[in-house]
Amino acid sequence: MAEITLQLLMLQLLTGLALGAVYALLAIGLSLIFGMLTVVNFAHGAFFMVGAFLGVYFLTVTGSFWFSLVLTPTAVGAIGLLCERFLVRPLYGRGIDYPLLLTFGLSYVMVEAMRVIFGIDGVPTSTPSELRGVVNVGFGMFPLYRLFLIAATAVIVLALWLFIEKTRYGLIIRAGSRDNEIVRVLGIDISKIWLLVFGLGTAIAGLSGLLAAPTRAVNPEMGIPVLAESFVVTVVGGMGSLVGAVVAGLLVGVVFSMTSLFAPEYAELSIFVLMAVVLLVRPQGLFGKAGLMG
Amino acid sequence: MLKFDVFTLGRARTMSMLNVEKLNAWYDRSHVVQNLTFHVEPGEVVTLMGRNGAGKTTTLRTIMGLLEKCTGNVSFDAQQMLGKPAHIRFHSGLAYVPEDRRIVAGLTVRENLQLGLIASAARAHTNAMIEEIAQTFPRLKERLNQEATSLSGGEQQMLAIARAMMAKPKMILLDEPSEGVMPVLVDEMFELFSRMKNQGTTILLVEQNVERALSISDRAYILDQGRIVHEGRAADLLADDEIQQKYCAV
Repeated sequence: MAEITLQLLMLQLLTGLALGAVYALLAIGLSLIFGMLTVVNFAHGAFFMVGAFLGVYFLTVTGSFWFSLVLTPTAVGAIGLLCERFLVRPLYGRGIDYPLLLTFGLSYVMVEAMRVIFGIDGVPTSTPSELRGVVNVGFGMFPLYRLFLIAATAVIVLALWLFIEKTRYGLIIRAGSRDNEIVRVLGIDISKIWLLVFGLGTAIAGLSGLLAAPTRAVNPEMGIPVLAESFVVTVVGGMGSLVGAVVAGLLVGVVFSMTSLFAPEYAELSIFVLMAVVLLVRPQGLFGKAGLMG
Repeated sequence: MLKFDVFTLGRARTMSMLNVEKLNAWYDRSHVVQNLTFHVEPGEVVTLMGRNGAGKTTTLRTIMGLLEKCTGNVSFDAQQMLGKPAHIRFHSGLAYVPEDRRIVAGLTVRENLQLGLIASAARAHTNAMIEEIAQTFPRLKERLNQEATSLSGGEQQMLAIARAMMAKPKMILLDEPSEGVMPVLVDEMFELFSRMKNQGTTILLVEQNVERALSISDRAYILDQGRIVHEGRAADLLADDEIQQKYCAV
């Protein structure tokens, strides 16, 4: 085993943050949807996967990564809107397991659809030409694309934070996720807000799929482990908490990459151990509120 | 004087601010509100009295559109309401202050007030309206940027009422406003209701504090086990200890 140096640790930390950035985005989408609609979206990994496929597709068709960056979340969000409006909406008021089963089934439909459209082997990806190469980050050379991942996530999180804290819709979302009855009584058509939030959450999942595509294999099954990992992040951070999603996303990314440095065979396991420890010590998650489901 | 109601029932149906006819409502399988018929005229303050579990809160929730299982007729300001969702009823000019206040945790006093106007066309004037409301609710004025749940129970109740008044409703449904509020604030609150009445707001009040409620009301209905068992002028009921003992004593 190569000697562990401080530089190596720092680089691995940065790698973990880049990985964690994708987790954070995924968990934000999950958390947003759960916090507002009390829907546990089991199709979240599938939306991520569709985002990766569409990202590659739009990149090929338009030839521009930046176009794809706009088109992909728009398209995935549109699919999300349709799913909420016609599939999830009829199930509101029937208990948490109905939408859970529906989205679980939906994820299979989406996987099969991608197999039919793009084939079972998936599509080849490469880092967009503008973002290839490495940069000197002071303590070593680091892939430019992974730095971009961290920066892009920071921008998205900041934009989302501004949206939720500073805008009218953000206030409705904050109030509605605490108490949907009072916002209805104050004249808000909550079904429109739920539609918007589901669309937004799935759009972010699609965007994270696009962003993650160059760093992993794009195939119809890629969303399955991602779903499990997103749930780990959401549980660690606390269901329904956006700050929790970001902090836990980065934490899980770092734990994963640090474990891969010292004991690669345990890397997959490490994040579940982290989840178990958090659940034992703080069952509601790092930033969650106790009794959210009650 | 109010006896004329009996003879002009047909007209009253179209003239009333709120007209409830043969209203039935269920929670799961229990038939909580049974065949309720009553009305509230524009500018009136009407109290619904009765013991806990008499169906008062359910009646208000049904009028606001928060209960799915119900039959009968509810018309408000000449519009049929039953079957319409709560937000549509709000936009017709109906406001509701629930029993548990429903102050949104995690939001400031100002943000809670903003919510009161967030769905209205007048939301461009939110800040001006908050200023105006703050004149009426001096206790809130000093605490606008404070976390709303840090207010005392009475202040939270004031906030809930202020929030409901932001959109200048034609009629407000108030559920147990004095519950858990300290006496000084209860005085303040009932003065406020009198002022609201003088400014033309129609009020339907559910209140355990019977004497207080009757003292500002025009009329009252007494509910028992989901039915109206008595109705009358507030002044008459106030003088009638027997009725009060029979249906309202805890």
